[in-house]
Amino acid sequence: MAYRIVAGSQTYAFADLKDLMAKATPPRSGDMLAGIAAASAEENVAARMCLADVPLAAFLNEALVPYEEDEVTRLIIDSHDAQAFRPLSHMTVGDFRDFLLSGAATSAVLASIAPGVTPEMAAAVSKLMRNQDLIVVAKKCRVVTKFRNTIGLPGTMAVRLQPNHPTDDPAGVTASILDGLLYGCGDAVIGINPASDSVPVLSELLKLIDGIIQRFDIPTQACVLTHVTTSTEVIGRGVPVDLVFQSVAGTQAANASFGIDLAVLKEGHEAALSLNRGTLGDNVMYFETGQGSALSANAHHGVDQQTLEARAYAVCRPFKPLLVNTVVGFIGPEYLYDGKQIIRAGLEDHFCGKLMGVPLGCDVCYTNHAEADQDDMDTLMTLLGAAGVTYIMGIPGSDDVMLNYQSTSFHDQLYLREVLGLKRAPEFEAWLQRMGITEPDGSLRKQHGMHPLLAAAPELAA
Amino acid sequence: MSDPVADGDLPADFVIEDAWRRLAGVTPARIALGRAGTGLPTREVLRFALAHAQARDAVHMPFDSARMAGEIAALGFETIEVSSAAPARDAYLRRPDLGRRLSDESRALLGTWTGEPVDVAIVVADGLSSTAIHAQAVPFLAAFKARIAEAGWSVGPVCIANQARVALGDEVGERMKASACVVLIGERPGLSSPDSLGLYLTFAPRAGRSDAERNCISNVRGEGLSHAHAAFKLAWLLKQALARRLTGVHLKDESDLLLVGGKPPPAQIG
Repeated sequence: MAYRIVAGSQTYAFADLKDLMAKATPPRSGDMLAGIAAASAEENVAARMCLADVPLAAFLNEALVPYEEDEVTRLIIDSHDAQAFRPLSHMTVGDFRDFLLSGAATSAVLASIAPGVTPEMAAAVSKLMRNQDLIVVAKKCRVVTKFRNTIGLPGTMAVRLQPNHPTDDPAGVTASILDGLLYGCGDAVIGINPASDSVPVLSELLKLIDGIIQRFDIPTQACVLTHVTTSTEVIGRGVPVDLVFQSVAGTQAANASFGIDLAVLKEGHEAALSLNRGTLGDNVMYFETGQGSALSANAHHGVDQQTLEARAYAVCRPFKPLLVNTVVGFIGPEYLYDGKQIIRAGLEDHFCGKLMGVPLGCDVCYTNHAEADQDDMDTLMTLLGAAGVTYIMGIPGSDDVMLNYQSTSFHDQLYLREVLGLKRAPEFEAWLQRMGITEPDGSLRKQHGMHPLLAAAPELAA
Repeated sequence: MSDPVADGDLPADFVIEDAWRRLAGVTPARIALGRAGTGLPTREVLRFALAHAQARDAVHMPFDSARMAGEIAALGFETIEVSSAAPARDAYLRRPDLGRRLSDESRALLGTWTGEPVDVAIVVADGLSSTAIHAQAVPFLAAFKARIAEAGWSVGPVCIANQARVALGDEVGERMKASACVVLIGERPGLSSPDSLGLYLTFAPRAGRSDAERNCISNVRGEGLSHAHAAFKLAWLLKQALARRLTGVHLKDESDLLLVGGKPPPAQIG
């Protein structure tokens, strides 16, 4: 169905809902690269004005990616909760924005409508929202998940301790883990991106992290971020796996480029559940996403990258993940050109994920060929902290020496806790106090002499 | 109540050093940095800023192709200079597709190519780090030249390519009628590695090849893979590629099996 609107002295026409969504998206290089972005600033706003009048129900009738060709579309349509959608069923996209901002959209109401919100609806309303709207609504959304601790409680923010090393050296990995723990990080997960994809190396890394968690009785979980099929294989060999990881995208074809489909994810999920390693809950999946992945796999169907990103959260949702994060600035300037685009995308992704009931964190990051720097990351992490982000990354000194990009550091989370008063997952916070790492107010204690974690360092890596 | 400012008894040092500094010796990661309040100490903020500045300069510093052509000619190679369809750095970063295609002028230049088919075409491309190419291309080619002589391969003129991505080598190699193409390219700079060279080998280069059809040797630089070792690896892969008539996921690098005491054997010439 075609859409039309008069704005200024011009009439703008949009071929279909997909075209309208792409033209309404705040400007970004990836949509320009795909050749689907608005041609002018006026056309961009005209598209938003037109989109504001589209009924939410239209997204249930007009698929942006064809139902017949794409299992993600089938998942979205076939699992849509009509009961949860009922209160929204009469709304336009513009009404939906007003409703979300209003006092009527309480945390309880937002949780009850989440299963009725499709990714396309979330993406559409986000395109009408300013950054402050994305923050204030996301902050009202509650998504709580559990494995060995409780993540997502109001007033908390967790941190993934990311101890990457260019050659997976056990002593090097251990050093980064200890540094992170002593800076009060690691409640989301101690999760390493391995340089190797060899099963013996991955198994050793899993045993290493598990050994540290067991020895010090740390209320957190381990993850080695390797392909879901590899994790499934490793589980079959009796190696301790807490969380199963996978990168996911918003179309079947993009997921195929990652070597996965929904059935493969289901196998990984079932394998992780079978180990029954969680003490507080059974959220056993960890997913990563990022705008632009479908275009980079030439699997975007002419749909804008932000909408496809929200569809990736629909892929995550049925697997009740512990953690999902958008690796927002990793992909490079051809998709998100500069700090402004990265900041906008991070807020959109977080909002869409939370609105859909997914525990969204953000890898606040950039590469050296993007027009961005540490000041942009300070801005984004502060905005996300205000928005109630589930977790951020913790990387020694912001410098990932394996993946060659810059993310948030152990210091950065201390800064956010100080300015925003954010606490850690309560079980982890209590552990840090027991270990003499933090004061009762959550601030770091100055360490004198040999902390037990440091005393054990030589054996841990052995 | 005493006023510490008026009394002049502020502590002498505001930085809290980490007691585990010795652990920093076992990883290149930036651990045990200490802190000033919740922030990084001044020395660490500046150390990071310098590394980022070097990485940014590596991306944006203009490629000195004339200097490269002179230095490569001095090694005894013929050279030609070409450009991608990306007119400037900004367009190069936004439009990877333009960096993979020759400009009209360069296509015309290579379109008149009348040389005999060669075993290998060599492309020296700025990629995402002109710093890397400026520093590594000439010493690498000096080492690789000995391997070329050892194997007796025929080589076309070294093609020095501005604003280029890896896939530009496909079109160059095709027009030079080369059996294989080697692209030397500046890798995306990391904070601790602004000068890292990548080597990409593609058998039967032609426009439209996918990255799965190439072999890559990365991290060629002083603190990474040495020029001599990289030249040995590349020669091993090229030999295999020409014999088996393929590159990519089905060609695994097993050159390490031939190392002697962790080092490549010297080239045997003559």
